[in-house]
Amino acid sequence: MSDLKLVDVHKSFGDHKVCEGINLSVHDGEMVCLIGSSGSGKSTLLRCMNLLEDIDEGEIFLDGMDISVPGLDPQPIRQQIGIVFQSFNLFPHMTAVENVMLAPRRIHKKSRAELLLEVEALFSKFGLADRMQNYPDQLSGGQQQRVAIVRALAMQPKIMLFDEITSALDPELVAEVLDVLRQLRSQGMTMVLATHEMNFARELADKVCFLDGGRILEAGTPEAVFSNPQKPRTQAFLQSIL
Amino acid sequence: MSLSTLTARQAHAQSVRKRSTTIAIISTTVVALLIYLLVPLAPGWPAVKKSFFNAEIFIKSFPTLLEAFLLDVMIFLWCAPLIAILGLVIALCRDARSPALYPLRLFGAIYTDVFRGVPVILIVYLIGFGVPGLGLSRPWNSPYIWGSLALILTYSAYVAEIFRSGIESIHSSQRAAAASLGLSPSDTMRFVVLPQAIRRVVPANMNMFIALQKDVALLSFIGPVEILRQAGVYKSLYANFTPYVVAAVIFLIITIPATRLADHLMSKQRRERS
Repeated sequence: MSDLKLVDVHKSFGDHKVCEGINLSVHDGEMVCLIGSSGSGKSTLLRCMNLLEDIDEGEIFLDGMDISVPGLDPQPIRQQIGIVFQSFNLFPHMTAVENVMLAPRRIHKKSRAELLLEVEALFSKFGLADRMQNYPDQLSGGQQQRVAIVRALAMQPKIMLFDEITSALDPELVAEVLDVLRQLRSQGMTMVLATHEMNFARELADKVCFLDGGRILEAGTPEAVFSNPQKPRTQAFLQSIL
Repeated sequence: MSLSTLTARQAHAQSVRKRSTTIAIISTTVVALLIYLLVPLAPGWPAVKKSFFNAEIFIKSFPTLLEAFLLDVMIFLWCAPLIAILGLVIALCRDARSPALYPLRLFGAIYTDVFRGVPVILIVYLIGFGVPGLGLSRPWNSPYIWGSLALILTYSAYVAEIFRSGIESIHSSQRAAAASLGLSPSDTMRFVVLPQAIRRVVPANMNMFIALQKDVALLSFIGPVEILRQAGVYKSLYANFTPYVVAAVIFLIITIPATRLADHLMSKQRRERS
C-alpha cells in the first residue's frame, strides 16, 4: 500500500502564498503529474509532501496516517518518500556508489557487502554499471540524475517524488532520464512528478493536475486535461507550451 | 586569409608580452639599484650595517638559533592538531540548531568573541603567568603547557570561525538532499556537510597555521628558550642585533614556501569554483 492524500494544504513564505488549499489523492501504483508555469507551486507542494517544508494548514496522509502533525519526527517519513531534485544534489565528495549507499548504511544499518549486491543491481538496471566508482563531476547531467534516482530508490521508498528532474538537462540527455521513469512506472512505483514534459505526462500519467497560483485549477486524466481543458487559464497555458 | 590575420594577431600579442616583460625588468633593476646606491648614503648606515648585518656573528649564531627554532617547531606541532580539533568543536557548537543546545551556541559565540578580541600576547601573559601562579607543582607549572594553552585557545577561536564559514558555504540543497533520504541532522553534518566544508577551508586554515608558527615566538616572553629568546641572549652577548636578523631569516625559510603553497591552493580553488 502506498496512498498519499493531501487535504486542504496551505503554505506561504512570509506574505507570499504558495499553496492555497490543495486537495490531491495519489493511489497505490499511480503516476500523477503536476503541470503549470514556474512559480505555480509545484516544487513547494512536492517538498511539503516529503516534509522538507512544514505546511501551514491542512493535512497530509500517508497510508491513512497523518504525517503533517506538528512535532512528528520527519526522518522515518522521509525514508518512505523519496525525492529527486532538478539540480541532482548529489554529494560531490562521494563516488556514485557511496552516494547511493550512505543513507541505507546509516539508517538500515546494513553492511557494505550486503548492500553492494542490491546497489549493483540498481546501477546495472539503469545502465550505470560502469559508473559506480565515478565522482559526480565525472558524470554527464543525465548520468548524475540517474544516480540521484538510484540513490532515492536504494531506500526502498513507497512513493517517489520528482521535481522537474529533466529541466536542468541538455535536450539530448532528457530521454535517458525519462526512460528510467518509464521503467519505474511499469514496475508499479507510485510517483508524483512536477514536469514540463507534456508529451511524457500525456503518454504515461494516470492523472494530470494543472496548478496555477497555488491552486489545482484543473485535474483529470491526461486526455481530459490536454485535449479538452475546461478553464481558460489551462487552455492558455497549454497553448503557450504545445 | 584567416591564417595571415591570425599570425598578425599572434605577432601583436607576442610583442605586447615582450614589451611588458622588458618594462618590468627595467623598472625592477632601477629600484634595486637606487636602494643599493642610496641606502649606504644614509648617515647611520655604517653603524646599522655593523650591528645588524655582521657576517661573522651571523655564521656563529646560526646553528644554535636553528636548533632553538626546533623548539618553536615542536610547540607548533603539538598545538596545531589541538587547535584544529578545538576549532572544529567550537564551530559545531556555534552551528547547533536545536533550542536545547542554545547554551552551546552562546558559549561558542562568547568564546570566539573573547579570544579574537584580546591580543595574543595578553592571553599568553595572563595564562602563562596566571595559572602557574596558583601554586601548581611540577610539571604542572611549566610555561610550555600554559603558553601552548594560550596559543591553542586564541587560534582555535579564529580557526572555528573559518570552519563555520566553510559550513555555511555548503549550499542548503545538500542538506535538503541528505534530509530527504531520511538522514539525521548529525549524520548530515558528519557525512555530507563537514567533509565538503573542511576541504573548502584548507587554504584559509593554512594561513592561520602559518601565523601560528610565527606567534609561537611569543612564548619567549614567559620563559621557553626558543629562537627569539635565544637570539636575545646572543644579542646581549655580542652587543649586536645580527642574531635577530638570523632569526628572521630562519622564520622566512619556513613561512615563505608555506605561504606560497597556501596562495597556490587558494587560487586553484577559486579557479575550480568559478
